[in-house]
Amino acid sequence: MADTVAEPGEAPAAVRHAEEVMGTVFSFDVRGGEPGAVRAALDEAVAGLRAADAVFSTYREDSEVARLARGELTVAECAPDVAEVLRLAAEAERVSEGWFSSRYQGSLDPTGIVKGWAAERAARLLAGVAGVCGVSVNGGGDVQLLGTPEPQRPWRVGVADPLRPGGLAAVVSAAGTAELSVATSGTAERGAHIVDPRTGRPAVTDLVSVTVVGPRLTWVDCWATAAFAMGSRAGLAWLESLPDVEGLLITAGDEVRCTGGLAARLG
Amino acid sequence: MHALKKNRPLRRIVLASAATVSGMVLLLSLKPHTSPTVVTASTDSPSVSSSSSASGGGAGTTTGDTVQTRWGPVQVRVTVRGGRLTDVTAVRYPRDNPRDQEINSYALPQLRREALAAQSAAIDTVSGATYTSTGYRQSLQSALDSAGL
Repeated sequence: MADTVAEPGEAPAAVRHAEEVMGTVFSFDVRGGEPGAVRAALDEAVAGLRAADAVFSTYREDSEVARLARGELTVAECAPDVAEVLRLAAEAERVSEGWFSSRYQGSLDPTGIVKGWAAERAARLLAGVAGVCGVSVNGGGDVQLLGTPEPQRPWRVGVADPLRPGGLAAVVSAAGTAELSVATSGTAERGAHIVDPRTGRPAVTDLVSVTVVGPRLTWVDCWATAAFAMGSRAGLAWLESLPDVEGLLITAGDEVRCTGGLAARLG
Repeated sequence: MHALKKNRPLRRIVLASAATVSGMVLLLSLKPHTSPTVVTASTDSPSVSSSSSASGGGAGTTTGDTVQTRWGPVQVRVTVRGGRLTDVTAVRYPRDNPRDQEINSYALPQLRREALAAQSAAIDTVSGATYTSTGYRQSLQSALDSAGL
């Protein structure tokens, strides 16, 4: 882990990196650009993730968000990122009709939006390096893609099959779009950790996995969480109602449901 | 579930997928000579003509003929790289009424799932439920990262 290797060759240079942060592993794949400049930007991106973790972690008693939740700080006294993330979380809560929530057991907890937001920000930072043609940032299973890995080839994302470890349920292609993100919520890795904000208890759902596809990871990550809590019927209908968003839902009974436009994104 | 081996011919894999998606019309497009009725795939069918050129180890994308079914026109595209099936996409399928959409919503992903689970696809990264740092080590993403590093 935390190794960085640049590959020589005719195709755009690839700089890959894996970093343990936020309780998971972030995988980076940056194509094009001068490798030294890309590595410098990677250092900056990783520092940004660590900084976000330090500010937002609810596991750290001294984080700004923990202190904010205890009333020891006001939003204005926190880093500017806090106000931005809370604003985004409020928007996600509104769009999802409360199924996404930035509170847990009555206490402020924007954990559900921070990782996707931070991963998207890292991807955009990397894409800003001169000569970079493609960026893939995978934050523990939630992916932001920008550009293309090679001139004639789109990024391709496998969707893990929750019922067959190591297998794929689908492949999503970023063909024809400059920005694509894929986020998956489910119980395969960490059990029933998604909370129904109305009851405060683990969501009662017939789903084992929801994958949402759309331009920005900040949002699709929230939508995957919300749709998972809704269950297959309401979740599918709600995802269908969102513009520029597609979804693939897998039930505990191994049924697969998807929104009408997903087929255009598959393969 | 079918324990398909990677080295089996493409035709067999496609047909095995068809058998599991019982009654699904998509595979008809890989059988352009059959009549437009519901066909349950059988392994002795000789008419998977659209995949034959790709099963010998070549690469490419083959789009089957559009087939008129009782539900409407259906067409499937199959991508093969290095002699291996990497993709199955329905490029044309009925979607005019809610029943069509309902069928498509499970049958299309199921078709792809069967095909793709049989062989690893050419992917750059993997989306899945958030893994812990420990879980990452057993993940497909970890395998991809290792291959890249």
